Amino acid sequence: MSSGSSIFRRRMVAGAAALAAAVALSACGAKTDAGGSSDKAAKADTSGDTVKVGLLNSLSGTMAISEVTVRDSLKLAIDEINAKGGVLGKKIQPISEDGASDWPTFAEKASKLIREDRVVATFGCWTSASRKAVKPVFEKNKSLLFYPVQYEGLEESPYIFYTGATTNQQIVPALDYLKNQGKKSIYLVGSDYVFPRTANKIIKAYAKANGMKVLGEDYAPLGSTEFSTIANKVKASKADAVFNTLNGDSNVAFFKEYKSAGLTATSMPVVSVSIAEEEVKSIGSQYLAGQLTAWNYYQTTAGAANTEFVKAYKAKYGQGKPTSDPMEAAYTSVYLWKAMVEKAGSFDPEKVKAASDGITFDAPEGKVTVDGASQHIYKTARIGKIGTDGLIEQVWDSGKAIKPDPYLKGYDWASGLS
Amino acid sequence: MTVILGQTFTGISIGAVLLLIALGLSLTFGQMNVINMAHGEFIMAGAYTTYVLQKSITSAGLSLLIALPVAFLVAGALGALLEWLLIRRLYLRPLDTLLVTWGVSLMLQQLARDIFGAPNVQTRAPDLLTGNITLIGGDDPLTVANSRLFILGLAIAAVVALSLTLRMTSLGRRIRGVVQNRDLAEVSGISTERVDRTAFFIGSGLAGVAGVALTLVGPIGPTMGTNIIIDAFLVIVVGGIGQLKGTVIVAFVLGVLQSVLEYSTTVSVAKVLVLVGIVAFLQWRPQGLYTLRTRSLV
Amino acid sequence: MTDSRMPLLTRIPLVKGHSARARAGFAAAAVALFGLAPLALSDFRLGLLAKYLCTAMVAVGICLAWGRGGLLTLGQGVFFGLGGYAMAMHLKIADAGPGNLPDFMQLYGTATELPWWWQPFANPLFALAATVLLPMLVAALLGSFIFRRRVKGAYFAILSQALTAAFAIWLIGQQATTGGTNGLTDIQGFFGYDLNDPVNQRMVYFVIAAALLLLMALARQLIHSRYGELLVAVRDSEERVRFLGYDPANVKLVAYVVAAGMAGLAGALFVPAVGIISPAMIGIVPSIEFVIGAAVGGRASLVGAVLGAIGVAWAKTALSEEFPAAWTYFQGLLFIVALAFLPGGLASLVGMVRRRRAARASEEPSPALPVGEAA
Repeated sequence: MSSGSSIFRRRMVAGAAALAAAVALSACGAKTDAGGSSDKAAKADTSGDTVKVGLLNSLSGTMAISEVTVRDSLKLAIDEINAKGGVLGKKIQPISEDGASDWPTFAEKASKLIREDRVVATFGCWTSASRKAVKPVFEKNKSLLFYPVQYEGLEESPYIFYTGATTNQQIVPALDYLKNQGKKSIYLVGSDYVFPRTANKIIKAYAKANGMKVLGEDYAPLGSTEFSTIANKVKASKADAVFNTLNGDSNVAFFKEYKSAGLTATSMPVVSVSIAEEEVKSIGSQYLAGQLTAWNYYQTTAGAANTEFVKAYKAKYGQGKPTSDPMEAAYTSVYLWKAMVEKAGSFDPEKVKAASDGITFDAPEGKVTVDGASQHIYKTARIGKIGTDGLIEQVWDSGKAIKPDPYLKGYDWASGLS
Repeated sequence: MTVILGQTFTGISIGAVLLLIALGLSLTFGQMNVINMAHGEFIMAGAYTTYVLQKSITSAGLSLLIALPVAFLVAGALGALLEWLLIRRLYLRPLDTLLVTWGVSLMLQQLARDIFGAPNVQTRAPDLLTGNITLIGGDDPLTVANSRLFILGLAIAAVVALSLTLRMTSLGRRIRGVVQNRDLAEVSGISTERVDRTAFFIGSGLAGVAGVALTLVGPIGPTMGTNIIIDAFLVIVVGGIGQLKGTVIVAFVLGVLQSVLEYSTTVSVAKVLVLVGIVAFLQWRPQGLYTLRTRSLV
Repeated sequence: MTDSRMPLLTRIPLVKGHSARARAGFAAAAVALFGLAPLALSDFRLGLLAKYLCTAMVAVGICLAWGRGGLLTLGQGVFFGLGGYAMAMHLKIADAGPGNLPDFMQLYGTATELPWWWQPFANPLFALAATVLLPMLVAALLGSFIFRRRVKGAYFAILSQALTAAFAIWLIGQQATTGGTNGLTDIQGFFGYDLNDPVNQRMVYFVIAAALLLLMALARQLIHSRYGELLVAVRDSEERVRFLGYDPANVKLVAYVVAAGMAGLAGALFVPAVGIISPAMIGIVPSIEFVIGAAVGGRASLVGAVLGAIGVAWAKTALSEEFPAAWTYFQGLLFIVALAFLPGGLASLVGMVRRRRAARASEEPSPALPVGEAA
């Protein structure tokens, strides 16, 4: 590469000059306003007859399986509210964006919703990774996200409302249930991502304090569909129960293998925290009948509000479509937002936040109350048993709505966790 | 002891699944050098065929048996269509084929999503195939899942059928002839175009059969193909292009390796170790376990 | 590559025309990137453009390695990720402040101090150098084995994919030290500048645009040097080059390593632009997407590859905004049409027009646009 031609050199000079100019320009940008950051939050547009809200869900990719149903449920709530006159006299116009099961895309789309569409609030996200990706975007722009899925706790963002369960409303009650059933040893199976790993950390701390043995812990990469070895390991451990935090496709393969290995709900029950009615439908009750789940809502949950919700959902999307906990939490989140806005008399995120404490709503899962301090909601924990008809029957509930405690401050055994 | 035996069998059964999904590729990629990224979606087509058939045929066992040939035809037809529309224009550009068929795979996934919905669908397995048989009884029993035995049997049957076809029939001779020397085959009066299309039909059809088998052990959904396709390609690459016996051996070796490593470490570590092991192996034998000797320079 | 007594495969008359055109093009690009784009686009769109430019930087490397060298680099995600993580690790340490652990380690880990392999990244100079040198080192190690063993074509492509898969799975498995699936998120500062400030976001954009132009200039130098000719020769007939006394393995290695360094730099600059690096940017799918952009635009043409990468990334955003559910069809169709029916990419259309015009002007046959393929 030792060309000595003059053409070669001239080109170098031209390139260098352009670059120097470029660098100079960029340095200018930096100096003008390096320190003086002011309140540059994008202002939501509330001028017209309608207000826009963002729906941010994966409509493609591996997570589409679950997130499409959440989007449908959000739309149902919005349609219902619009039919009754909207919020503060304005109709809600949903803007749906595809997160494509890809975390940087979630961040990009969140930013687009806030800054381009100027939405007043956004509903959606499913995986912890997508929430972590958009969290700084919402905080930076001082805009609100309503997150409808149970998650691993240890988080309180000032601009996120968490309408799914945190750990002390789902995992801890499930462990209490297992303990009361006399289960002395458990095996942990999960997908390799944040929720299962964090949940299992909590489970191990709980087990240690409560005399339970954790006989094994296995993680499969997301999307993994080969579970024969894990099934063998679980079987060989002779645990009393399995705590399952697998997500998505993996559950199908896991339960098929579980049954093939000769393990049953009576010999070694599995408690799952990510299998709702929609997933039961795709795995098949053939493999799931008798297994346990831990949620805050089932399609079969008693109450007039739920009967109406199920009826409305099926009328809109088809009789064969089940309703599930994240869908219910999403549906509820829209109504909670509406109640907050109406109490605040404004769409302004700061005013909505200030008005949030104590807001209640007769949700399909029962009456829920917003805890303004943590921006989580009080929820009733429910253990369910999967029936042969694919529906989940409640076998136990916590009796009252549990106060959200994302950092598990109220539990001594959890003191070393965060 | 039971653990070792159990894991060995688990490895063989993982190998059988790998073999079944890679077998079609051994024809399209191994023989024809076409990197068809949509192969996974042909597997998906086979699985959805089972699902659709079960809607009209209520007996799970019967529908599974009927699904095998039907899925072969459905996936085979898709493959032949793909070959006719796109791949035949690209035989001289194998790497472009990879990217083009990746585009096809994206579209087929979206198509499945639009037809069957984004969530996975379920099929019922015949009761016979959800149980297991006990090989060694006692306190620490060694059991073997019936579904795995079925897949193993199916994989062996498919290998035998394919190798007989390649060895014994005139179609097989023509395929091998085209693979070894396309120009010479052409001047010998073989219609390479027709041979290509037929081979592609069979290879894709085998993907459909694999799809039916996968309904017994895995999920049935739009993304099921993408999860397994790279593993299948690796089996062919390590086994050696154009060599059926390499594919068979490597599928089982990788299966056992994966299961043993998984048992002693974790799934992720096992997967990483296997992948790194493959890369290292190819340093040692860049043309795979078995190579087809030709006089070609490249 | 080393023997300077070999006569240059000169194309002086062509280069002369090219050179003037290139200078004009370079100036036009600089005006567009530094003048027009910041004026015409909102902060949000400019941020997106910054992201697209990062993929374009990867495409510059791909143009060199694949378009010119025939190496289908389906593993650029690894190098992009190495660069991105190197940068993000430093920024996370800086965000946490001295003596503190990055936020995610406190959440998911049990460690009370930084893992040893994080510690060097506390040094900004080390981290900056690592963003480029680490990917180049890895590529050099890999490439020297792979090319010496004459692994090529399909084998090379699938091997690259296996590596990206392994790297992504490994990252995901180490949640306590790599953030797992989440990746490294919530990056607040960039060498002392607050990334929440739109003005600084703009600065990041300018840095990225300047880096892209720099890489394009570098790639152009390489392409039009004797080495560039040799690279094309290796692509088109490796055996002949070997017979001429060169070692094709070295020729390929250089292109591979340079492409890796470019991907690393792109990954490093992606981090302040988007504020996140995660295994989602590293696996098989993003690696294919990097290549697709270059292929659609024209792999062998530097400008084509860059515009293609920007265009495809833009189309992904635009189509998924317009048709959230159906954009996958468009994406698939775009790849199929561009690759199956226009193998030289969109750039070959320009070439066709130009050749037709040239043919009309003179009867001289013009050189065909090289579209090569490693066997």
